[in-house]
Amino acid sequence: MDKFDTLTGVAAPLPMLNVDTDMIIPKQFLKTIKRSGLGKNLFDEMRFDDNGDEIPGFVLNQPAYRNAKILVTGANFGCGSSREHAPWSLLDFGIRCIIAPSFADIFYNNCFKNGILPIALPQEDVDKLMLDAERGANATVTIDLEKQEITGPDGGCIKFDVEPFRKHCMLNGLDDIGLTLQQGDAINGFEAERALSQPWLSL
Amino acid sequence: MGNPKTLFDKIWASHVINTQDDGTCLIYIDRHLVHEVTSPQAFEGLRNAGRKVRHPELTLAVPDHNVPTTDRSQGIKEEDSRIQVDTLDQNARDTGIHYFPMNDLRQGIVHIVGPEEGFTLPGVTMVCGDSHTSTHGAFGALAFGIGTSEVEHVLATQTLVQKPAKNMLVKVEGDLHPGVTAKDITLAIIGRIGTAGGTGFVIEYAGSAIRALSMEGRMTVCNMAIEGGARAGLIAPDEKTFDYIKGRPMAPKGAAYEQAVEYWKTLPTDDGAHYDKVVELDANDIIPQVTWGTSPEDVAPISAVVPGPDDVTDAGKKKAITRSLEYMGLVAGTPLEEVKIDRVFIGSCTNGRIEDLRAAAVVAKGRKVAASVNAMVVPGSGLVKEQAEAEGLDQIFLEAGFEWREPGCSMCLAMNPDRLEPGERCASTSNRNFEGRQGRGGRTHLLSPAMAVAAAVTGYLTDVRKLEIV
Ligand code: SF4
Repeated sequence: MDKFDTLTGVAAPLPMLNVDTDMIIPKQFLKTIKRSGLGKNLFDEMRFDDNGDEIPGFVLNQPAYRNAKILVTGANFGCGSSREHAPWSLLDFGIRCIIAPSFADIFYNNCFKNGILPIALPQEDVDKLMLDAERGANATVTIDLEKQEITGPDGGCIKFDVEPFRKHCMLNGLDDIGLTLQQGDAINGFEAERALSQPWLSL
Repeated sequence: MGNPKTLFDKIWASHVINTQDDGTCLIYIDRHLVHEVTSPQAFEGLRNAGRKVRHPELTLAVPDHNVPTTDRSQGIKEEDSRIQVDTLDQNARDTGIHYFPMNDLRQGIVHIVGPEEGFTLPGVTMVCGDSHTSTHGAFGALAFGIGTSEVEHVLATQTLVQKPAKNMLVKVEGDLHPGVTAKDITLAIIGRIGTAGGTGFVIEYAGSAIRALSMEGRMTVCNMAIEGGARAGLIAPDEKTFDYIKGRPMAPKGAAYEQAVEYWKTLPTDDGAHYDKVVELDANDIIPQVTWGTSPEDVAPISAVVPGPDDVTDAGKKKAITRSLEYMGLVAGTPLEEVKIDRVFIGSCTNGRIEDLRAAAVVAKGRKVAASVNAMVVPGSGLVKEQAEAEGLDQIFLEAGFEWREPGCSMCLAMNPDRLEPGERCASTSNRNFEGRQGRGGRTHLLSPAMAVAAAVTGYLTDVRKLEIV
């Protein structure tokens, strides 16, 4: 997993509520057995028409936002399925940070596991960043994970929360499985105890 | 005894291996389900890192999303679907996990197969790379969906890194009216709390109306906990639960079963335990429900009219309703019963169990699917199909003009050839009415199996209680 310390880039505004995982990556693109290559199908049904041509009005089709690294969006982003194809497609497109008033639980977790930073902010802060984002390529935003700060194009600064453990893993690009395997003794101990107390669970 | 605990608290506490300072826990996972869509990258990750599956015997895999529901003797036609299923075949063989391939009688939707096999048990932690894993909460199992990275984590370590959820109680008291089902309860709850109402919570469903439900009905309720934003739903195990499990192939047997039951009886929430949020519904107030929009919270009683942007004050909601109505091709103020239907889908992990098919058959018996409607029944598993055929339900459906298919997810998410054409309107017993869910441009109305049959035979969304049951 790539480390995440600071990120500077264009923020694309997507002012919609309840953007679900079917919108992020429609299921016809889930038939892959790899993690990469999904960026071209990100937001497919909003981004392309029935002939596969770009819909000019959609934000990521506009010249200013083609290289957006940050997405500013509405509440309950990522609701729906547990599919990790949603963060994979965002990441493959180049989005490494999503800012919204709230996120769906599973999606929120999946972001961290793929090096995407989801930031939940009060509505008024999101509204402000949304206005900044609407100014297009001139409005770059900087995210500093170490300091937990977002700096807007006018220099204004917004603080955000992130759980310390997740922050640590993101900053260092740590792989969860490797971390857990270091606790092998504790897992072995738990299993030994469980085999005695709840023997019916063994198969 | 200490502090009174909820069912969730008890299951959580008994699975914590250790806790970090910020409250993040390493928890043990007792049961792991796998399907072909969200697992290939997890197995690939293991292979690339040279890691092994820690406990192959605790993982059960079955292909369901991509499988054809028509004749399977020729295999899978679509290349990308076939590759996913073949990849699962190979991964299952290589790692020695339990596996029911496509042509096994026990194949079916993963959330129907788990309970059927007795793989799902009270008090366990259970995960799957699939959000509707919440279904298994009907047994008093802490069951939730995970992403592919977590699937890999469970395969490698049999654990997950998680934070405890908050407790929410949804209490439904009273008797249901005839014709009102578990699906109507679960839709009514989502209508009340919204699709984000359960975010951060595990919902425990309780009250006399929940206790009165069969195991199948309880699974329907918990299945849609995720549609209310909760990662998991839970229902306290009771005698119905124990009876359902008894004798199933992977369930404990003999003395082990007796010992397990003694333990399972200690699981229900203690008197006086604290819930962070409580929602109460009166079963008497619930009439058959149907969705009108593109989010499961866009739900109304069948007697209602299609709402419009003027019915809400929030600007974001106004916009969402306008967009929904446009997508759905509906005009605010139209009575729901005047909405004309093109397709009917009965099946999915929400309503593809034997009891659902029985409820549908009762309404279908002696009737005909309207000439303008194409309707299909897709059993949730090979065993459900076999049972239904033994009871003659397939004949009732076929005589009424329904198609009778092979088991799988089918048109719940249209990853196989079963899908809506743009603009087609479907009465569906599944759980999601998102844009494009059942096919690009397709329009979904969620409802119960009995209501789906009522729509099939009249050609319109219809209150099933108006049809005489013979
Ligand atoms: S039936 Fe539908 S909701 Fe259930 S597992 Fe299959 S695709 Fe998911």
